[in-house]
Amino acid sequence: MSRQSLAKAHQKIQELSWEPQYHEPYMKYGTDYTFRKAAKKDPLKQVLRSYFPMQEEKDNRVYGASDGAIRGNMFRQVQERWLEWQKLFLSIIPLPEISAARSMPMLFQAVPNPELHNGQAIQMIDEVRHSTIQQNLKRLYMNNYIDPAGFNNTLRNFHSDYCGTIGRQFAEGFITGDAITAASIYLTIVAETAFTNTLFVAMPAEAAANGDYLLPTVFHSVQSDESRHISNGYATLLMALSDEDNRQLLERDLRYAWWNNHRVVDAAIGTFIEYGTKDRRKDRESYAEMWRRWIYDDYYRAYLLPLEKYGLVIPHDLVEESWNQIWNKGYVHEVAQFFATGWLANYWRIDGMTDEDFEWFEYKYPGWYDKYGKWWENYNRLAKPNGHHPIVAEDVDYVYPHRCWTCMVPCLVREDMVVDKVDGQWRTYCHEACRWTDAEAFRPTYQGRETPNMGKLVGHREWETLYHGWNWADVVSDMGFVRDDGKTMTAQPHLDLDPKKMWTLDHLRRMPHVASPNVILNEMSDADREAFVADYNRQGPAGRPADATS
Amino acid sequence: MTSTEERPERSVPKPVFTDAEAGAKEFPDSGPGARRYNYFKPAKRKQTHYEDVTVEVQPDPRHYLTQGWIYGFADGSRGYPLTWTKLKAWGVDDPEPERGPGSGGKPIENWPAHGWHEFRDPNEEWELTMYRNNANVVRQVTQNVENARNAKAFEQWTQNWVRFVERNVGAWMHIEHVLGLYVFAGCNRSGPTNMHNTAMVVNSEHKIRFAQDLALYNLTLSEEIEGFDGSAHTAAWNSDAEWQGVRKVVEEITAIEDDWGEMIFATNIVFEPLLGELFRSNLVMQSAAGNGDYVTPTVMGAGEYDFAQRDLRWTVAAFAPLTQDREFADHNKQLFDSWTAKWVPKCLEAARTMQPLWSQPDAKPPRFEDSLDRAKSRFAGILSDLGLEPPKELNQ
Repeated sequence: MSRQSLAKAHQKIQELSWEPQYHEPYMKYGTDYTFRKAAKKDPLKQVLRSYFPMQEEKDNRVYGASDGAIRGNMFRQVQERWLEWQKLFLSIIPLPEISAARSMPMLFQAVPNPELHNGQAIQMIDEVRHSTIQQNLKRLYMNNYIDPAGFNNTLRNFHSDYCGTIGRQFAEGFITGDAITAASIYLTIVAETAFTNTLFVAMPAEAAANGDYLLPTVFHSVQSDESRHISNGYATLLMALSDEDNRQLLERDLRYAWWNNHRVVDAAIGTFIEYGTKDRRKDRESYAEMWRRWIYDDYYRAYLLPLEKYGLVIPHDLVEESWNQIWNKGYVHEVAQFFATGWLANYWRIDGMTDEDFEWFEYKYPGWYDKYGKWWENYNRLAKPNGHHPIVAEDVDYVYPHRCWTCMVPCLVREDMVVDKVDGQWRTYCHEACRWTDAEAFRPTYQGRETPNMGKLVGHREWETLYHGWNWADVVSDMGFVRDDGKTMTAQPHLDLDPKKMWTLDHLRRMPHVASPNVILNEMSDADREAFVADYNRQGPAGRPADATS
Repeated sequence: MTSTEERPERSVPKPVFTDAEAGAKEFPDSGPGARRYNYFKPAKRKQTHYEDVTVEVQPDPRHYLTQGWIYGFADGSRGYPLTWTKLKAWGVDDPEPERGPGSGGKPIENWPAHGWHEFRDPNEEWELTMYRNNANVVRQVTQNVENARNAKAFEQWTQNWVRFVERNVGAWMHIEHVLGLYVFAGCNRSGPTNMHNTAMVVNSEHKIRFAQDLALYNLTLSEEIEGFDGSAHTAAWNSDAEWQGVRKVVEEITAIEDDWGEMIFATNIVFEPLLGELFRSNLVMQSAAGNGDYVTPTVMGAGEYDFAQRDLRWTVAAFAPLTQDREFADHNKQLFDSWTAKWVPKCLEAARTMQPLWSQPDAKPPRFEDSLDRAKSRFAGILSDLGLEPPKELNQ
């Protein structure tokens, strides 16, 4: 940076703000929000003359550490249990990052204050950094970690796997539909401001505890950019609040964005942190404790609540319900159990839980063993092929769940599952908030108000539908989750790399065919469906069948 | 005598030897052949680092995206529609795989399914390169300006040249800024592949940085030259007759309806050689030395290099194959021709409204007509690289 002070330089570049004189730019992306033009300050105060060298320096540190990790044989100390989950996480995250870059021009058009566009452009550049630096980290893992399977076909896996599709909400949700709903509320106000804390701060800390200091190196560097993006979101939010007409939409979008982020991020990151770690020190924070600190206290109480005085209607009920789901209803444990149930449909290896893990869970979540302990013992018993099926096709007191049409995470807290006929189709939802999102929020009218720019939930949202009636071996083969001998599966329900202990496609041939819960639901009579719902709501915890006597 | 107090053992994770490094065991997929991204076909024999970090990050339902896009716009469009430009690459009219109950994933084996996926940025830009390149540029520009300041180089400028720089070199910052933000950044949501959209972001970075380089240079001059009017650039951009033609063209490019291809083509193929290089290279950089100024060309030259060596390069690589496309070559050529027929007259008209600028410096640059001929010749060369003929409008 030259001798000019940053503040002076930043003030100068404000002179670049453009007010069209002859032609208005084409407005490709619509919003139902209204904004009044008013002089606004660029919250980032970034000048590219200092930004580029600063980022280059950050890069130098990241790549220097990467080099050091290889030279220092970091992978001799990495826990496989941990790194296997990175095959999922790092397959997902580059798309949300690049989607965040793609979403910034949606804000240029929707928010008519050119002073804010400078900060949004910087964010766009940051996001390209994040996406490609994460692809590069994954490449490094592939090259140096003992088992490259799952990393080497990473993006094919992500695009064809149901977990990838769940993660894709955290990308397509940023770039599709109403520009403010997507790029501002869902992305910057909720995803970046609240949930990147667990993604990019809490999770890297757990990585370090498992011998992996490259994930913290890359993601803390990424997080140092995120803090700028939070300012972008805040500036737009305050502008939106200044128009009374926006408040109904803000309330809708905060409810949707909060709940969806909770469903998706807590499912994934909660599982990685609780079930992907070998660090079982009693005084290390559990995901629930981290959530309480990072999300409940730092975001909800310190960031959202003060906005109430500006007229923001905060979804207090959904914040409390999210905590209730994590603390009382075992949301993260139910998700981890489902991941492990369906290990064969994925592309990473899932380690079983040991006595040490059981003890830690019982200490952190009293009552855990009674709910989940027996099932994890069965998981270990059925981990290596020995004439039995993978656990999903064995009788272990577990009812295969229906998917939530909205968040696409299965309906695992069974008592909360609701059904509704939407767009001519019976759909299951994991919670009333997800039903509301599909049936009421993502619609061209909302509470009687025209919302012509609101997006739609589309696509083949239940993965099992595509493979209804298929043999499991053909499913895995079709998705490409097979190793280079053409038969050994990429995924395994244990960490033993002895080829004799690994599952192959041949083991799957004898399994019952895949059945789509949603296809079956839509074939039911009204009476059968009502009985099904009543039974489903009595199931659980840990996916147990409903007690026949109750 | 000091006593050592027993401190309780700190609670920290303990290092564990896991032997989880490559090569520690043999099993299916443990060999060196398994240690490369295997889900895309590289453009050349060996996949590049650039390809590894960009290709397939933006998914495609024609390839592996088996559950399809999961969010749609209100009009039903979703993902990155191929109809967001009228340009066509082979295969785009072929239907997407139809998936439904029991269909399976239907990944297309014969990839790529359409020609857009063949594009690779010849500059191979990703985060590492874009920060290195831009950081180098800002360091060099800053040092050049700082050196000139220390050498009191601005004192050698003629008064007329001071006025020229404050109004006209200053006015150019607005053009770079508008094109950087509202064309290149604006289009990065629209391209058909991650490689297109990432190239647009990098192009945008060049423009926005160059705009700021000019703004901060303007600030330095305000501090160093007595009587230098740091706000004159805004007045020139808003109301000088010489600048209104070019401003109209720039604003009209941002108003192109729903076609990222036309926006990029109008900017990098038509506007830049006919107006951008005309002003930057053929006027400012040619006349500065004669007017005692050896600094401004170094600032201008940094931006010029970005266009000439990087931004034009990716644009030609993206568009040239379309004129040879095995299915849509004629369609694309007609479209490109219609765009040149539309934008060339606008740019030439704007160039002529700029003509009085050639008379302002004391030491005159080459004649306007000579400068324009050079720009036209350069433009014709670019069209030739694209496989296109110069339009008759170029003779105006």
